[in-house]
Amino acid sequence: MIRFAALQFRIQAAIAFGALVVIAIVLAVTGPHLVTLYDTTVVPCSTHNDCSAATTALTDTDGPIQVFLTFLLLVVPALIGMFWGAPLIAREFETGTYRLAWTQGVTRTRWLSVKLGMGVVASVVVTGLLSLMVTWWSSPIDTVSAKPFDPLYFGVRDLAPVGYAIFALVLGFSAGLVMRRTIPAMFTALVGFVAARFVMNSWMRPHLIAPLHRVYTINGSSPLNMGETPAGFGVTATTRGILPGDWVYSNQIVDKAGHSPTTAFIDRACPLGHASAQANYQTCATNLAARFHLLVTYQPESRYWTFQWYEMAIFIGLAAVVVGFCFVWIRRPS
Amino acid sequence: MTAVLETMGLGKQYGRRWALHDCTLSIPAGNVVGLVGPNGAGKTTMLQLAVGLLAPTTGSIAVLGDAPASSPAQLGKVGFVAQDTPAYARLSIAQHLHMGSWLNPDWDDEVATQRIDQLGLDPKQRAGSLSGGQRAQLALTLAIAKRPELLLLDEPVASLDPLARREFLQSLMEVVAEHGVSVVLSSHLVSDLERVCDYLVVLVDSHVRVAGEVSELLASHHRLSGLRRNPSTLPANQEVIEQSHTDKQSTLLVRTEEPILDPNWTVTPITFEDLVLAYMSQARDTKHLGRPALGVVS
Repeated sequence: MIRFAALQFRIQAAIAFGALVVIAIVLAVTGPHLVTLYDTTVVPCSTHNDCSAATTALTDTDGPIQVFLTFLLLVVPALIGMFWGAPLIAREFETGTYRLAWTQGVTRTRWLSVKLGMGVVASVVVTGLLSLMVTWWSSPIDTVSAKPFDPLYFGVRDLAPVGYAIFALVLGFSAGLVMRRTIPAMFTALVGFVAARFVMNSWMRPHLIAPLHRVYTINGSSPLNMGETPAGFGVTATTRGILPGDWVYSNQIVDKAGHSPTTAFIDRACPLGHASAQANYQTCATNLAARFHLLVTYQPESRYWTFQWYEMAIFIGLAAVVVGFCFVWIRRPS
Repeated sequence: MTAVLETMGLGKQYGRRWALHDCTLSIPAGNVVGLVGPNGAGKTTMLQLAVGLLAPTTGSIAVLGDAPASSPAQLGKVGFVAQDTPAYARLSIAQHLHMGSWLNPDWDDEVATQRIDQLGLDPKQRAGSLSGGQRAQLALTLAIAKRPELLLLDEPVASLDPLARREFLQSLMEVVAEHGVSVVLSSHLVSDLERVCDYLVVLVDSHVRVAGEVSELLASHHRLSGLRRNPSTLPANQEVIEQSHTDKQSTLLVRTEEPILDPNWTVTPITFEDLVLAYMSQARDTKHLGRPALGVVS
């Protein structure tokens, strides 16, 4: 059965691995330059305290490739679900060949196991290699830009894409199994996958681990922003003191009970008098410090790998549920 | 002799429609069985149940003594040629044979390659570029090279031209002669079945109308013609299958194991086609008129 599944899968696999080779060549040619650039411009810059030019130059290098790679890893799991998962069984129904396949000397359960197993292995290999290459290529830029939790980057580096690909594949397969039509199954796989990613990004991931809190007293050097906001004059905290790679949920000026200062209080505490901006700032900070402190809620960068593992495990878990459903469905009296 | 196909009260329901209803059959081994009936009578349902592509709604079915598709061994013992003889359009003939050898425990590669060779087919040719007749032959080859004990064929010749149809049935008969395999063949083409079948199952409106060996069925059915007469006056052992009446004359097709003694009847033997058509039209009559229609005749 494995040989037959491989025979049927060889064209899709060849296309994928061909594309992978092309991408590998492009990245192998351009990647070392980024490493050199990092070593020669960013590493020495810290000694003379002027890094902004060097980092900007680095993050701007090979811009189109950066955009392309991010886009590629965003869509590859969806493509796997649509073009590998959905047709894997829906095509058999559409062309009637399931009547040929399921009447050979192989039980339907085994047929399903091998088909899905092969699809999953191929998906893991393709996305795993792609993610590895992209993560390596981008590592100098990622080190400088330091936003590993950014939703745009978190899902296109390291382990997460592998989990997405497995989930998308079995989602497409199950849609094909139930609908028995390739095009609707492809569409369902796409919608389902995008929805799962969206729910994970927006609602689930921030709650996976309880965030840390850090409290700062307000003094002259406290990071405050003062200025006009759409709601009127306001004071907000900035996140100085937190590592650049941390994932900041919020930073607030609060009192012991957790309340923010009222606008009326701000108006009194932070006069926009005719004194200098520096004097205004000092007055404001002193007045606020009497009752308020700064509260930062965040995930430290050190939790990045924990989040990556969770992300992959959750999507693999979802995939396992879908696979269980497929095994029940394929054996049900049709 | 053991039954190759045995069903007890077998039924299959789609939504509210019964595709097959209360079907009890026991087909002995060593026959070429013709499963005949109009389109939509339940032939495909019956065969797909037998091969495990469908599961019954009611009753039970055993094929070669086991539940269909219950194990690789059971699947390997049953060769199936599905309706429209599906094949993987992008795979070559040789690749189809590889599939057969990889997936079936008793695969006979020699039989397969020999048959393809005899048919004059190029093993490198893709199945998608084969004619309907060639594809049917490929499907038959795949089913035969499994070395099955039972061969199930679902309308294998329906879409073929007369020449390809005859060639296909000829190769089927060669296989039967050579391998001694039992065959169940569905068709709505009576003439094709007449040529190859020695056992007949007539399926109409999702019910089995009659089943039995063709020679026995032909011996026990007679056409009676004579002066007009009410069929209800016939002896109890004569079952009327079909009747037609003119003002003066009645023509009946009756089933009886006993000799017909009434000298008023002219008794003629019936043909295979008469037999099949009689049972098929019987269903239509009873459906539209209901059985009491017999009483109208004076």
